[in-house]
Amino acid sequence: MNYFPDEVIEQIFESVTSQKDRNAVSLVCKSWYKIERFSRERVFIGNCYAISPERVIERFPGLKSLTLKGKPHFADFNLVPHEWGGFLQPWIEALADGRVGLEELRLKRMIVSDESLELLSRSFPNFKSLVLVSCEGFTTDGLAAIAANCRLLKELDLQENDIDDHRGHWLSCFPESSTSLVSLNFACLKGEINLPALERLVGRSPNLKVLRLNRAVPPDTLQKVLARAPQLVDLGTGSYVLDPDSDTYNKLQATVVKCKSIKSLSGFLEVGPRCLPSIYPILENLTSLNLSYAPGVHGSELIELIRQCVKLQRLWILDCIGDKGLGVVASTCKELQELRVFPSDPFAAGHAFVTEEGLVAISAGCPKLHSLLYFCQQMTNAALITVAKNCPNFIRFRLCILDPTKPDAVTMRPLDEGFGAIVQACKNIRRLSLSGLLTDRVFLYIGMYAEQLEMLSIAFAGDSDNGMLYVLNGCKKLRKLEIRDSPFGNEALLKDVGKYETMRSLWMSSCEVTLGGCKALAKQMPTLNVEIINESDQVEIGVDDEQRVEKMYLYRTLVGKRRDTPEFVWTL
Amino acid sequence: MSLENKQQQPPAGLNYDETKLTLGLPGSGSKRGFSETVDISFGSSSSSSSGAGVECCGQYSVVDGGDKTHKAPAAKAQLVGWPPVRVSRKNLMKSCKYVKVAVDGAPYLRKVDLEMYNSYQQLLGALEDMFSFLTIRNYLNESKLMDPANGVEYVPTYEDRDDDWMLVGDVPWKMFVETCKRLRLMKSSEAIGLAPRTPPQCTSTH
Repeated sequence: MNYFPDEVIEQIFESVTSQKDRNAVSLVCKSWYKIERFSRERVFIGNCYAISPERVIERFPGLKSLTLKGKPHFADFNLVPHEWGGFLQPWIEALADGRVGLEELRLKRMIVSDESLELLSRSFPNFKSLVLVSCEGFTTDGLAAIAANCRLLKELDLQENDIDDHRGHWLSCFPESSTSLVSLNFACLKGEINLPALERLVGRSPNLKVLRLNRAVPPDTLQKVLARAPQLVDLGTGSYVLDPDSDTYNKLQATVVKCKSIKSLSGFLEVGPRCLPSIYPILENLTSLNLSYAPGVHGSELIELIRQCVKLQRLWILDCIGDKGLGVVASTCKELQELRVFPSDPFAAGHAFVTEEGLVAISAGCPKLHSLLYFCQQMTNAALITVAKNCPNFIRFRLCILDPTKPDAVTMRPLDEGFGAIVQACKNIRRLSLSGLLTDRVFLYIGMYAEQLEMLSIAFAGDSDNGMLYVLNGCKKLRKLEIRDSPFGNEALLKDVGKYETMRSLWMSSCEVTLGGCKALAKQMPTLNVEIINESDQVEIGVDDEQRVEKMYLYRTLVGKRRDTPEFVWTL
Repeated sequence: MSLENKQQQPPAGLNYDETKLTLGLPGSGSKRGFSETVDISFGSSSSSSSGAGVECCGQYSVVDGGDKTHKAPAAKAQLVGWPPVRVSRKNLMKSCKYVKVAVDGAPYLRKVDLEMYNSYQQLLGALEDMFSFLTIRNYLNESKLMDPANGVEYVPTYEDRDDDWMLVGDVPWKMFVETCKRLRLMKSSEAIGLAPRTPPQCTSTH
């Protein structure tokens, strides 16, 4: 029942941009559903196996931007075999067949082949933007196809992909007529780059705002490129090894001074001693700094750099900054919202590292902090309680103690109270990762207080099924739960099977669930795909219901069992 | 400059020896090994210091450095997928320390990655593989590299960060890896007066 003509409603819907809101709008009535679906341009698919490409295209014929996610999160840490799934090819084929006017494709943890990229490049004349995060299966030949055929390409953003590098030729495939580039990120490529082609490409791209280079780009090319693109907003350097007394250095310094728009800086994959002062002129305007791939920047040089970044909102660094360094961050970066501290050498004798002290200092100095990823040697309840008091605005809180079952370093007690304080104080917390020695108690707290929690990562925690049950019962907004090496079994898994339909997915590995438990779940819930990943050579897997399941991944789906499972994946 | 003796209770698991004040090479501080902060139960020997009795049923891969002698499990045991960092970061972080190896009389140099080994013994083994004319000869409790064809003995030496040439084997392995810039297998005949009568323990693993 509409009081306005459809065209007016459509106009109103134009300002409804978030997918969540659009989904809600489409449920109001048949008429709104119809108007909404024809006007929807951006679609986000959090699990590519939850729906089929054909159905997406059928419902949203006006689709212009598609985001797809494939493998579960733990695939980032080698817990999921590479060929598990998440293939792009069927999506591209369906989109091409459906003559969709695709302009933007954003993929995460998908298997992308050169063939798919080639098909993509030829099928969508308005294609503008390709963002690939943690994908694999393609080579620089696929990139060459994109470069050569996507005439209107604005964005090619490759983040942390595993790309087979056939060396340099792809960059020359951008035609001389291509002047539309706004964003180019190839930092994750391992091979050589055609440097003159890069310089020419930058030279003819007046709208270029984002440029992230790989290690193969030397400082003198960087200087030439910056000279042609002083309008850059986001820069990732490649190699930064040069002689501070050289001409190149002076030239580079002079060029950097002119790049007044740079707000985001990253790279420094290799750094020479005393080279960093050349970058100082742009530090005071930086809002984002990523030195997490720059082990060469450490000690006093790093501190000196940080001291100048007074406007920083996002900082990604290595733990070689140490607690003292974090103290400098705390006193300098008053606008800090997001901090990630990565381990610099996970398995060797600890050089500098960070502890609870650094985190407490940050929480005291940076009241706007809302997102944290912190790899540290140790933690205490007292510190976490203090952090919770100082920063009640956490949305994402991910703590990783390198020794996964380490207790409170001072009291030797579990860290339940500390994490409990975090969830109690941070009413808006949406994402949480736990580590350290933890009992069922921490899950009791999470179930009680973490009302907005959407994603929870658990490793080596808990005592019994109660732990998992507290979470499943309490966290009404839970979407993704991933658990490894924890003593949760069938009782927890099967208590409330309907819960999983309200979630995107559940991952459990090295827990206590058995094959029988998983079978029972699959039987009760036909709208779930319950997948068992078995990598051992035993062919007799599947006979003994009492056997513990090594890896289980379940997710809700509208299209039933997928047909592209490899040998080692068994959908119950 | 006074030497202060700090009477602090070290965190659990910290080896006092590592914090002892010694005349060490610059840059070689005392470092806590990861193995000393690992408290998880491997299901057999060591028990975790927690009282909660969490049993870890995860996957472990003990990285075997190829040492022929049995090594304690704490040395380089690694959990699969832990710490949770992306492969691209792990690859970056994997320390690799390639140094040149010169052997007196050999026409060209080679390079070895010192991070691949856990002990002097393993390093000698790698050198033996790399330079085929060399073999390790064990006399009593000492290992030497020699060319069996002509009985020539080689003394392993290295250049440290101060540009001094040192005898391999004096310092703990990890310290050696930190400070070694290049290796030279010197003919014993040239090392007259330098080669010790009581050679250092080349099999030390700490």
